Amino acid sequence: MNRENLIWLTLMLLGGGFLLINAGMKYSETGTVNGSVYVQEIVVEPEADAPPIVTYERTMASLRNEPGVSFSLSRTIGVWAAALCTLAVFSFLWGDNPLYKLAESVFVGVSAAYAMVVGFWTEIVQNLLGNLLPALMRQTLLPGLDTAKTTEWEYVVPLILGVMMIWRLAPSGGWIARWPLAFFIGATAGIRLISYLESDFVQQINNTILPLVVLSADRTIDIWSSVKNITIVFGVFVSLVYFFFSVEHTGTVGALARVGIWLLMITFGASFGYTVMGRVALLAARLEFIFDEWLWLIDPLQRRLGL
Amino acid sequence: MKRTVPLIIAATTGFVLIVAYFIPYTETWGETAMAWFNIIAAVAFVLGGFNLMKNQLQKISDRRPGWGYAAVTLISFVITLFVGLAKVGVTPSETYPEYPWAGAYDQEGAAFWWVYEYLFLPLSATMFAMLAFYIASAAFRAFRAKNVEAVILLITAFIVLLGRTYAGVWLTSWVDPLAAQFESPFMSQLITGLRLDRLTGTIMNVFNLAGMRAITIGIALGVASTSLKVLLGVDRSYLGSGDD
Amino acid sequence: MFEFFRNLDRRWVFLAMLLAVAIPILLGARFPEDPSPMVRSVFEAIDNLPEGSRVLLALDYDPASEGELHPMAAAFTRQCALKNHKMYFMTLWPPGTVMVQKQITMLEREFPDYEYGIDYVNMGFRPGYEGPIKLIVTDLKKAIAADVQGTSLDQIPLTRDLKNIQQMDLIINVSAGYPGAKEWVLYASTPYGIPTVAGTTGVQSPLLMPYIPNQLTGMLGAIKAAAEYEQLLIDEYPQLKDNRQAQEALRRMGPQLVAHVFLIVLILIGNAIYFIERRRSR
Repeated sequence: MNRENLIWLTLMLLGGGFLLINAGMKYSETGTVNGSVYVQEIVVEPEADAPPIVTYERTMASLRNEPGVSFSLSRTIGVWAAALCTLAVFSFLWGDNPLYKLAESVFVGVSAAYAMVVGFWTEIVQNLLGNLLPALMRQTLLPGLDTAKTTEWEYVVPLILGVMMIWRLAPSGGWIARWPLAFFIGATAGIRLISYLESDFVQQINNTILPLVVLSADRTIDIWSSVKNITIVFGVFVSLVYFFFSVEHTGTVGALARVGIWLLMITFGASFGYTVMGRVALLAARLEFIFDEWLWLIDPLQRRLGL
Repeated sequence: MKRTVPLIIAATTGFVLIVAYFIPYTETWGETAMAWFNIIAAVAFVLGGFNLMKNQLQKISDRRPGWGYAAVTLISFVITLFVGLAKVGVTPSETYPEYPWAGAYDQEGAAFWWVYEYLFLPLSATMFAMLAFYIASAAFRAFRAKNVEAVILLITAFIVLLGRTYAGVWLTSWVDPLAAQFESPFMSQLITGLRLDRLTGTIMNVFNLAGMRAITIGIALGVASTSLKVLLGVDRSYLGSGDD
Repeated sequence: MFEFFRNLDRRWVFLAMLLAVAIPILLGARFPEDPSPMVRSVFEAIDNLPEGSRVLLALDYDPASEGELHPMAAAFTRQCALKNHKMYFMTLWPPGTVMVQKQITMLEREFPDYEYGIDYVNMGFRPGYEGPIKLIVTDLKKAIAADVQGTSLDQIPLTRDLKNIQQMDLIINVSAGYPGAKEWVLYASTPYGIPTVAGTTGVQSPLLMPYIPNQLTGMLGAIKAAAEYEQLLIDEYPQLKDNRQAQEALRRMGPQLVAHVFLIVLILIGNAIYFIERRRSR
């Protein structure tokens, strides 16, 4: 057995041992194994002649002996599956391995299907079928649709464009998908042209027109506000000089461009700091799930829901 | 025909939306175009899903290396699609109890919700959480103060990293008492502003703002020129290679 | 020591990072937070609205950013509920539907008097990236015909008389990327002057600074701002002091501090190795 496999085996045995000991400890403390999920039954009786609707809401494990509270096998399996998925992805940090590849494959499949389902139920059913076949939708999928709603024939156009788009997958005639794609690209270009020019060009220049000498309420010069505004105006100017490559960066232009680079380095340093903050928070959230929801290390007696 | 009609469609759609922005009478044309746009975007999700299915099936049938994982992808895709479209485990809505298909597709407790909550969520969140480790590794191996620009970047990063936590406040807690010793508001404001959390705020609200504003203006001009090129038919890259 | 660090396997760095984040979580380390002027401006933008104002909450994020953004979304939702504002939830991200549902579950649990359809409504997800924004600024019901339960917006009291989002008193956007805060600024707040505040990830917040304060009233940038916001909320609404779920971001600042210091130490060690190597090679 080589060193890598030995380390993998050691990690698996240590991890498995820890899980067993932890599960045993939690069972002795709480009477149930860590990662168990309990649900509260909620019964709603909508109308006199309609059958009651039963739903389940997650509750604290410490309430498991209360009336209406029961053990949820599916959600418990879910918590353990989620924890194992988390560990499978983290295992990539040690090295590429089949467990990670399996998790990755599941992720790709589920993500693609999730987007399809969401897109179907929200837009295709509600807006496309709801406008083309309102009577049928009212009787089946969208009973809340306005009773006065009639067929809007203009929605035949996106239906046809949609079918053309799907035709891309056909063995021949895939070129027809260019028509809806062109519509999409043209629309995007049209809305972005105006919006970017208004918001990111004109308005940004407007925002940069700042008083270089700021007076406070008693008509004296507010030095630091003035310095701030001067720095902003000068900073925008020198950064733009740096990006202006039509003129050679020598002499005065070169000096200004150099100052521009320094200012941009401050910008990128700040961006790096914020990026680190973002990434660490995501790791903290995952570890909270592992320690709290799965291993019950933070709230061993499960007296509250979540952290 | 195969390339001319799409160019006309793109140009017409774009210019209708531009005109609709300026002329209120034509606003409804723009609204209709956007309503169609959103529907086509939803169809694009469907296309993306089926394209994935097609690619994975090809990988399996060709027995390319890793085809087993393609099978896993396909199985998880089909299962998620089925439970989502069939609304498996979804109870009828309280408002419309007599319509079994009218319940919310992502209702808590249903099979689709289970797939999201216990597979998609942890996998997605953990994939991104891994970046924290890679940032640490990159910081150790690659961030070198090789020149003036790198030194400026690193010093700024240090100030922001400390200033955005309590460590910055604690390390520069001597600043406020020191500033109180100066009568001149100019000096006291200068020294007060050196506390790391306030210094971070200054970096963000002055220096970062200036640099980002310049970048934003540059990007806006780039987007405007690219959009014009698309609308005028100069940029035809979205039409593909033109082999068919 | 020099050779040790020079040849250090990066997996030891990974382990150290893991411990730097895990130990503060297990110990429950917490630090005081002093809300910054930017955070106060966001708070005041919501708090100064008259009671019962219309607020659009666009929660445009997914599980990958939930660690950073969920505390912000929850804080915004709580504050709006405490001020009795009318809340309109929607999202432009497919996984965002569950993010919205989590806020609604929290509302049902902590504010049981809040009634669906009268005090808040869930308009769900709409595909099209920035397309739905472009549409709902002029005609809301052309983009969103019904809520997530399939009830027509014309039948819901809260949306019956709503033509478009220009009638909103405030847009609160919690954003993880594209489409997100930038798109709300581009297509809603700038052209139509709808007051907008945003909560963004650490990656995105420097990019949105140019919009403040003219196009974006204020912004919560990253988990630090979320923690400050939670602290401000607790200071102004003491009934939240014992609500552990209203302190999610405050809890996450403990590991944040340790990880930041660790990262600085790593950079310093890495540079020390570099300079020693450079001097030796001369």
